[in-house]
Amino acid sequence: MNDKKTLIEVSHLSKHFADGKIKALDDINTEIKQGEVVVVIGPSGSGKSTFLRCLNLLEVPTSGHIYFEGVDITDKKNNINVHRQKMGMVFQHFNLFPHMTILKNMTIAPMKLLKKSQQEAEEQAMALLKRVGLEDRANAYPSQLSGGQKQRVAIVRALCMDPEVMLFDEPTSALDPEMVGEVLEVMKQLASENMTMVVVTHEMGFAREVASRVMFMADGVQIEEGTPAEIFDHPKSERLKSFLAKVL
Amino acid sequence: MTLEEWFASWQTRLYVNFIKDDRWRYLTDGLWVTLKLTFFAVLLGIAIGMVISIIRSTKDKNGDEMRWGIWKGLLYIADFFARVYLTVIRGTPVVVQLMIMYYIIMVSSTNKVLVAVLAFGINSGAYVAEIFRSGIMSIDNGQFEAGRSLGFNYVQTMRYIIIPQAFKNVLPTLANEFIVLLKETSVAGYVALQDLTKGGDIIRSRTYDAFPSLIAVALIYLVMVMFFTKLVNKLERRLRSSER
Repeated sequence: MNDKKTLIEVSHLSKHFADGKIKALDDINTEIKQGEVVVVIGPSGSGKSTFLRCLNLLEVPTSGHIYFEGVDITDKKNNINVHRQKMGMVFQHFNLFPHMTILKNMTIAPMKLLKKSQQEAEEQAMALLKRVGLEDRANAYPSQLSGGQKQRVAIVRALCMDPEVMLFDEPTSALDPEMVGEVLEVMKQLASENMTMVVVTHEMGFAREVASRVMFMADGVQIEEGTPAEIFDHPKSERLKSFLAKVL
Repeated sequence: MTLEEWFASWQTRLYVNFIKDDRWRYLTDGLWVTLKLTFFAVLLGIAIGMVISIIRSTKDKNGDEMRWGIWKGLLYIADFFARVYLTVIRGTPVVVQLMIMYYIIMVSSTNKVLVAVLAFGINSGAYVAEIFRSGIMSIDNGQFEAGRSLGFNYVQTMRYIIIPQAFKNVLPTLANEFIVLLKETSVAGYVALQDLTKGGDIIRSRTYDAFPSLIAVALIYLVMVMFFTKLVNKLERRLRSSER
């Protein structure tokens, strides 16, 4: 794994709210290599979503640097919009555009930003929809889809931009239990195709099975990091042990 | 008075008020002016309202997170003037604004319709701005984040994702603003513009018979408002059914 190139480097990342009284993130350092699946776990309020949202600057860090493909995206001189095109993001609440059909949801960004032709964008979108078994819903509106279907569309919408990395912010937390599986299945498939992924989730089964590395956070601090076996079977810190005792 | 006498007297009144000397033309010409005035004032109001609401909501949404610099400075100055505009326009009567426009600002203009369109359009713009702003602010922030995460910049996100949804949401309220404006233009007579109301008033002053002309004016407004209200309701139902 060491020969793989580093895609994202996070250095001394901190995010404070309320003039520094609340430290949502406190000095986070990590590297995400190409093809890695990094799963971030931790109790709610631990800052794991904030960490993820800092990676594409939806949340602006208070201090620290984030290097994406060697470029410091926290430097205001660099155009974040260009870099975001290569970082797909999937949200807890799907955030599909309700005034557009599924197909339009998926083609608008490639057409406007990558200047793809409509035909090219639609062909790619249909191929992706087919992969997640939703090609017959291309002309439906988001409100006509179930939660699991919406999230699968949200994933392929992000994939339409041919991203280098996919960020997942609790992608299954807003789903009915019976729909969690279909979304995790798509994510597993993505991981098996060597997509670089950073996933914030409460799905410990997914973390254990798919992650190449697990990061445990609590109170804005990264407490432990390691392979799933290290984290789940041989936790070192008391904080992680008590967390695992509650969720497993 | 017998019933026949009563009918006969009404026939005369209607004849004197509407037929004689083609007096009905005061009403039709006035109605045309009212409709023209309302239509262009609404267009102007929507244009002004769109600009003001985008300034205001951009400042509300991003003002705190922007770095100090030329753009933030411009945004804060624009927001300041937008708020002054909203306060002044919404804090003074439209008749006064109309007279200020006619007797002070546009005193050299001979085009009364233009003066009135400007006055009512600028007035309506303030209300439309707040309608649009509430529409923009009502869109879930997740929509905004989804747009930005795909790589759209702020302006593109507004244009492709936020404004189309906001516009759809406020369309019924906007149509109601149009109906309100239709009635508000009835004070255009203050600057000697012969709109529908003024037309009826002229008939009254010629015939010394207030009832037929003023009731006719009222009925014309009522019919128009009822018609447009019905249209708005239809629009509202259609928008709702297309959404779900």
